[in-house]
Amino acid sequence: MPIFDRRSRKEALLLVLTILAGLAAGAVLMLLTGNDPAAGYGYLFRGGLMSLERAGNTLATAAPLIFTGLSVAVAFKTGLFNIGAAGQMLIGGFCAVAVGLTADFPRPLLLAAMTAAAAVSGGVWAAAAGWFKARFNVHEVVSTIMLNWIAYWLVYYLVPAYFKGPFATESRNIPAAASLRTDWLSGLFDGSYINLGIFLAIAAVLLCAFLLQRTTLGFALKAVGFNRLAAEYAGIDAGRSIVAAMALAGALAGLGGMTLYCGYAASLQIGVLPSQGIDGIAVALLASNSPWGVLAAALFFGVLYSGKGFMNAMTSIPPEIADTIIATIIYFAATSALMEKGVDKVVKRLKGGV
Amino acid sequence: MWELVERISPYAVAFTVPLLITATGGLYSERSGVINIGLEGLMVVGSFAAALTIAALQPVMGGEALWLGLLAAVAAGALFSLLHAFASVSLHANQVISGTAINMIAGALTVFIARNVTGSGNIQVSPFARFDIPGLSDFPVVGKLLFANTYPTTWLCLLIFAAAYFVLYRTVFGLRLRACGEHPQAVASAGVDVGRIRYAAVVISGACAGLGGAIVLTTFSGEFNGTVFGLGFLALAALIFGQWKPLGILGATFFFGFASTVATSAQAIPALAYIPGVALKTFPYVLTLLVLVVFSKTTRPPRASGEPFEPGKR
Repeated sequence: MPIFDRRSRKEALLLVLTILAGLAAGAVLMLLTGNDPAAGYGYLFRGGLMSLERAGNTLATAAPLIFTGLSVAVAFKTGLFNIGAAGQMLIGGFCAVAVGLTADFPRPLLLAAMTAAAAVSGGVWAAAAGWFKARFNVHEVVSTIMLNWIAYWLVYYLVPAYFKGPFATESRNIPAAASLRTDWLSGLFDGSYINLGIFLAIAAVLLCAFLLQRTTLGFALKAVGFNRLAAEYAGIDAGRSIVAAMALAGALAGLGGMTLYCGYAASLQIGVLPSQGIDGIAVALLASNSPWGVLAAALFFGVLYSGKGFMNAMTSIPPEIADTIIATIIYFAATSALMEKGVDKVVKRLKGGV
Repeated sequence: MWELVERISPYAVAFTVPLLITATGGLYSERSGVINIGLEGLMVVGSFAAALTIAALQPVMGGEALWLGLLAAVAAGALFSLLHAFASVSLHANQVISGTAINMIAGALTVFIARNVTGSGNIQVSPFARFDIPGLSDFPVVGKLLFANTYPTTWLCLLIFAAAYFVLYRTVFGLRLRACGEHPQAVASAGVDVGRIRYAAVVISGACAGLGGAIVLTTFSGEFNGTVFGLGFLALAALIFGQWKPLGILGATFFFGFASTVATSAQAIPALAYIPGVALKTFPYVLTLLVLVVFSKTTRPPRASGEPFEPGKR
């Protein structure tokens, strides 16, 4: 079993140390600002987990993060940096909302149509960046940033023009039939805003794990990421793999948009790029791009994000501490070489003592 | 029509300048071989340091506080960029990850501190006043375009940009810096410390980005709120759009500046009123994509950018 080999065990240890270091940095910040870290973390984790309702909210918060985390991870596997998950979410979410507000289908068919609309539109949006890269050598960081802003302004004008809601900055609320929230699920979690998005997200994790580890396409994507020239020499069409990877990444982010606007919320906000797009990078990094790691990392971030409101209400610690902790964890993940050296030293000393 | 251009020009220049200075900073870093995705975060840090300084000093010393704010921003940006330099140069970390972490830490930490210090995540300051440069602003054609209604920071940044051009292309340090981005092993074999040059380059990029963030604050925004509206990412795009060359960056940032300003002020312009808003707003980004599609085949980023320096590698 690969999980138990020495290398992964060390990686797991480093990951735990990274997270602990991030939490410690958060504690130091709380101390410096005159707060009690024990109380802060107590409220933070209780806010994310203490009741069924809050646990449900945590899952609802995690769902879009799972999608954007997968999106960034799949692109990373092929050597592409998808900084455009936010734009892909907007486009996917917009198309899902548009279908939900206009189509008059029975609920199962409606949800299926919305899912398809979100995945296809997000996929096409990102595939454009992949195609620019493969065909014209356009750096994907620039093209996805440009596509983010194009998505931002498209949605900014399309929503008020066709789906104007009661507030100028939002679309109309989607009808109950088009919402990912269901009575039985909300009932199960004491009225939390958990929704079907979490099941979709878990399905996506399974699909990505299968795709990357068990299929030819997955092999081609990873091969191009490892070494594009070698992959081409082995007969893999690198250009096609790049477009496919971006299309998949965009489809995942698009679905993330749907779970955000049709599950977590009930309308589409304009004038803001969804922050989950950038957070997806953090999720993917913490997970070292493994689909199951993405699930775990997104759930962890979900706890921090859904607990921060409660902590802020109970103490004077600003909610931004959650983002600071996550950001610090990512920095420690980037500098894990330092920690690795430390671990090696400790191991050596322990062994040397025998 | 000409009157229109004259009217828009000061706003476009104001929007361009922070982009230009930040992209110039990015140029140092990337030409030395260190990718700096963290420009956005470094701008936020600069904007925050300036806001704190100015908010504290403006009641005491008035307008002069703005300059001290810029100075604080430069220092804060340089200091914060050490995090990125340490990770990517000393620890051979993945530079994209480190830069992303910089962006996230900056956005979260500054608002966290702002809330603790001022009770809210926003800090207001009164920005620089615009002025006409005496004599030059009466010049025909260019006078109204470039020398009327300008901010003092604009001239400071153009000076820094010119200096950057000189440093990168006319000094030994610049030659070595550019060589570090192409073939660091060759630089090392000439007895030069690659790590030190890369550290210097990243710190300069942090100082420039910090200044860029502070200029956003002290000219057209007037308020710190934890973001710089994606300008750091746009500067990064301009850097790549401008093909990692100073004049390319100058052109790319001015293009962004003018296109965005035309889009924002379109309602006030009868000639543009017929064009749908969405077309105007997306225009700079769509055009950038098209230009990149046409020119990217021949673009080449610095050869060693993104690669940690390994002395033994050939």
